Amino acid sequence: MRESKLWVYHLIAGAVILVLLGIHMFIMHLDAILYSLGVGSQNPIDSGVVFARSKELFFMITYIILLGTALYHGLYGFKNILMELTLAQKSEKFISGFLTLCGVLLFAYGTFAAVFVFMK
Amino acid sequence: MNENNSTKNTTTVIFEILRYNPETGEKPKMQEYNVQVYKGMTVLDGLNWIKENLDPSLVWRSSCRMGVCGSCGMFINGYPRLACNNQILKISNKKLQIKPLPNFDIIRDLVPDLEGFFQKHKSVKPYLIRKDIQEQNLPTGEYFQSPDELTNYIQFAYCIKCGLCLSACPTVATDERFTGPQALAQAWRYNSDSRDEGSDERIKAVHDEIGASRCHFAGACSDVCPKGVDPSFAIQLLKQDFFLKTLKLRKDEKETHVIPTAKKYVPNPKIPEAPKPTVKK
Ligand code: HEM
Ligand code: SF4
Ligand code: FES
Repeated sequence: MRESKLWVYHLIAGAVILVLLGIHMFIMHLDAILYSLGVGSQNPIDSGVVFARSKELFFMITYIILLGTALYHGLYGFKNILMELTLAQKSEKFISGFLTLCGVLLFAYGTFAAVFVFMK
Repeated sequence: MNENNSTKNTTTVIFEILRYNPETGEKPKMQEYNVQVYKGMTVLDGLNWIKENLDPSLVWRSSCRMGVCGSCGMFINGYPRLACNNQILKISNKKLQIKPLPNFDIIRDLVPDLEGFFQKHKSVKPYLIRKDIQEQNLPTGEYFQSPDELTNYIQFAYCIKCGLCLSACPTVATDERFTGPQALAQAWRYNSDSRDEGSDERIKAVHDEIGASRCHFAGACSDVCPKGVDPSFAIQLLKQDFFLKTLKLRKDEKETHVIPTAKKYVPNPKIPEAPKPTVKK
């Protein structure tokens, strides 16, 4: 029951990543297309532009959501691959715990950075 | 079987068979037999011929010899198949390599240990579960089911528990605890039966850490299934159902009602009465 629930969240996170990563790719890496349509900036990864974007509420929130969903989706998928090694139950518990801790710490650190820059 | 030798139109096929007897302490080894094969002869016929004419010590499991009992699953030329359901010459006219099904322990020669497999099957509660226990134990009628509702699950009910799907599954190969395609398909067979109300009771067995979410849809089970059960499709439906119910996008099934059986049965006068039983109870 619990496992399938985690898997449902894995799929939902995948769908959210699809949308947010799509936005990310368009703004940061396919900028020429957007710019030719008259939207966005000519040099989206210039430090000044990056900094200005970080001060927008919309971007702060989407960064945090993308960070959370990508971390969950990637780490849970990675855990699944490791579980197929059928290690001893102790090692499995350790791996799950370790990956969860990594996820939480990275999420906390990333969120702190996003909020910090936004407030500055 | 001895007419086999006298038949003119035969081809010699080498049967290379895995031999293993745990009582001798020897490692499994391959042994070759030359078999005169005639058109239409099945792998099971070949094994029977070897046992009768060349080597009575060869051991395998079979019963119905017509693809319904599910006991003769073997790994034949690198593919899990039923021995009784496959003609030798359609596989090869030179050599057949026969091993017990992969992903199972070997009991002896070609006999896999299916104990864990049946445990998995039982774990998903493969029977109708009803909330009206009183009615189920002392039925006053029949549970209604329309032909459409029957087609929802009939394909999955064709499973003969041969274990071929588990022997082909890459997830079972890496983790033998995985509930596996056969049992999960049976869980869906009952969940999707309009008369059943047991999905909640099956959730624990079906959606735990060795359950449906471990399936990555390789589809090998559906490839090898001799009855067209398509277990990987059943698992996808099981996952979809869980997904939609978790997100509250699918309602629980409506209840199936009991239809009373006709009160008095009037026999057709044209049909003579059955003879009295010859054996007393
Ligand atoms: C376009 C966005 C994405 C979508 C739509 C998506 C979707 C999926 C789906 C449907 C699965 C299979 C789930 C299952 O086994 O049932 C999966 C697995 C996985 N994904 Fe993603 N994903 C996306 C992005 C990512 C990213 C950015 C990462 C890395 C951070 C990632 C890492 C993984 C991993 C490690 C697995 C597990 C593979 C396995 O179980 O063999 N995915 N993803
Ligand atoms: S699903 Fe098919 S392959 Fe698997 S046990 Fe049933 S009949 Fe055999
Ligand atoms: S002997 Fe019964 S399925 Fe082959």
